[in-house]
Amino acid sequence: MKHSYFTAIILIGVIAAIAVGSQLLGIRLYDRVATNLLISLVLVIGLQTFMGNSGLLSFAHIGFMGLGAYTSAVLTIPSQMKGMALPDLYDFMKVVEVSPLLAMLAAGVLAAVVAAVVAYPLMRLSDAASVITSFALLVVLYTVMNNWSAFTNGPRTLFGLPKTTDMPIAAIVAAIVVIVALTFKESRTGKLLRATREDEVAAAALGADIPQLRWRAFILAAFIAGIGGALWGHFITSFAPKAFYLKETFLIITMLVIGGANTVTGAVAGTIIVTFAYEGLRGTEGALNATALGAGRIVGLTEIVLALAMIAVMIVKPGGLFPNREIGHILTRARRKKETVA
Amino acid sequence: MAFAIQFVIDVLSLGGAYALMALGLVIIYGILRLVNFAYGELIMVAGYTMFLASGSGLPWIVMAVLAVGMAILFGIITDYAAFRPVRAKSVTAVLITSFAFSNLLQNAALLFISPRPRNVPLPDIFSQTVSIGGAITPVRNLITIAASLVLLAGVAFLMRRTTLGIAMRAAATNFTMARMLGVPANLIISSAFALSGFLAGVVGILWIGRIGTVVPGIGLEPLLVAFIATVIGGMRSLPGAVVGGFLLALIDTTLNYTLSQDLLKFRDAFTFSLVILILLWRPDGLIKGPASGQRT
Repeated sequence: MKHSYFTAIILIGVIAAIAVGSQLLGIRLYDRVATNLLISLVLVIGLQTFMGNSGLLSFAHIGFMGLGAYTSAVLTIPSQMKGMALPDLYDFMKVVEVSPLLAMLAAGVLAAVVAAVVAYPLMRLSDAASVITSFALLVVLYTVMNNWSAFTNGPRTLFGLPKTTDMPIAAIVAAIVVIVALTFKESRTGKLLRATREDEVAAAALGADIPQLRWRAFILAAFIAGIGGALWGHFITSFAPKAFYLKETFLIITMLVIGGANTVTGAVAGTIIVTFAYEGLRGTEGALNATALGAGRIVGLTEIVLALAMIAVMIVKPGGLFPNREIGHILTRARRKKETVA
Repeated sequence: MAFAIQFVIDVLSLGGAYALMALGLVIIYGILRLVNFAYGELIMVAGYTMFLASGSGLPWIVMAVLAVGMAILFGIITDYAAFRPVRAKSVTAVLITSFAFSNLLQNAALLFISPRPRNVPLPDIFSQTVSIGGAITPVRNLITIAASLVLLAGVAFLMRRTTLGIAMRAAATNFTMARMLGVPANLIISSAFALSGFLAGVVGILWIGRIGTVVPGIGLEPLLVAFIATVIGGMRSLPGAVVGGFLLALIDTTLNYTLSQDLLKFRDAFTFSLVILILLWRPDGLIKGPASGQRT
């Protein structure tokens, strides 16, 4: 338990370092990258609470992020702008306008409620079937976002969200999410769930109610995804449903898997590494497109490199960079070893 | 009457295509208990092969054979790139490598060919229509029905009567035991991928025949269809995949005819919600296959 506190302190330290570092540098571009990183961090840790503890891959996560982003958008777009941004919105919703913080909570709660209703039957499924249905769930959520024009403006871009997410807010939410994820991991539910991950039959024999445990983790993950979506929406201020589909799913799964899905440390490490790799590759892609040879035709290079990296990591280190132990645990063990040697 | 015929032909042609898609996925799943996310990209490969061959002046049938051949080749490459290095390690690792491989192929098509739709050469017969009992129906629907019947019968024969098929079914039932009895594991798995690629290639041509163009993301819908059909039918059973494919086609076609224009946009959402209901009732799918566990 003690090394959990240690892990929390280190990870929050990393988040603080990113936040303070970017403030000190004062470069707008870097500030954007760092804020983006912290928002991705919220999403990836949210995914980790389900995927890491239950061992099941979930593709639906980005769908819940979209749900959160749209909920918060509908609640916060100023009422005089709603006529333009959401022309088909139901009348009673047109007058609603709440503070962004409240809207963010509402986004999380709505995502969690939807997850609770939809996911209960899915948690009974065995490994591959559950992955497939989570993929189907992503498609359902995407279809709904793409077509429910009253709330989402259909496939068109929704604009007019107040820009309330800045670097300090993203950092604070990311820090809270780190604590929540670590607490959940060490809670009774988290421990039992990790037992089912290691051996379903043995855990069930000990009395673990597997669907119930997975369900709880899934709801928590959806709640965090909803919060992350709201955070992202108020950072980017205009978006369309296609922002919540396969490309983004691929990106956050890459982040989590390269870092190591089983640990919160892995989620943090993976997000940082992939964000920098992604920005670097995007920059290269842009530079190539600017030259005569590329001529604006280079697309998909970033994804190709990331996909190759992901396959390579899976072959060499299937558990990711931090497969079992949190950073705090690794460090305390290293120190203890040194003491025994001395 | 004409309406009934129309409806039956629609269900059978869509169901035949769905059943073949599902079969290609379940052949891999049955043996390895692993899902191949790059399956839809085999259809994309078949489509782009047709597009690239269209300038060559070859007869259409040769291009089609070439396209199926490329799909088979990429099926085998999938095994070597995404499955063989990690299949002994963990289920999640393979899901992720095949997902990554699917992304790799899609983005390669994006980078080297084009993000825009490309025309695929089709023989005239694909765009003709005939009238059966008063119902006007495209000939390609009848071709799809015929092709799926022939292929389903062919796969059934392969699985039941040939040494390869029996070895595959043995591997799907008890992998370790099959190996002890002298079934070469890697060869069987590669043949399963080749068979899966063959089905994807044929389905790809029939599927693209409906649209006429190929885009990098074309594999997504067939992949989803195959996923859902296999989940409904039972993940490990070959007849289950076929039943699931036809059932899904029945659901889709019925919704197509009954839903109003406003609700039709949500068809996928309705279909998948129905699937969730079916799974509530039978979590293992409609037809249970042989229990299997190991894959090394």
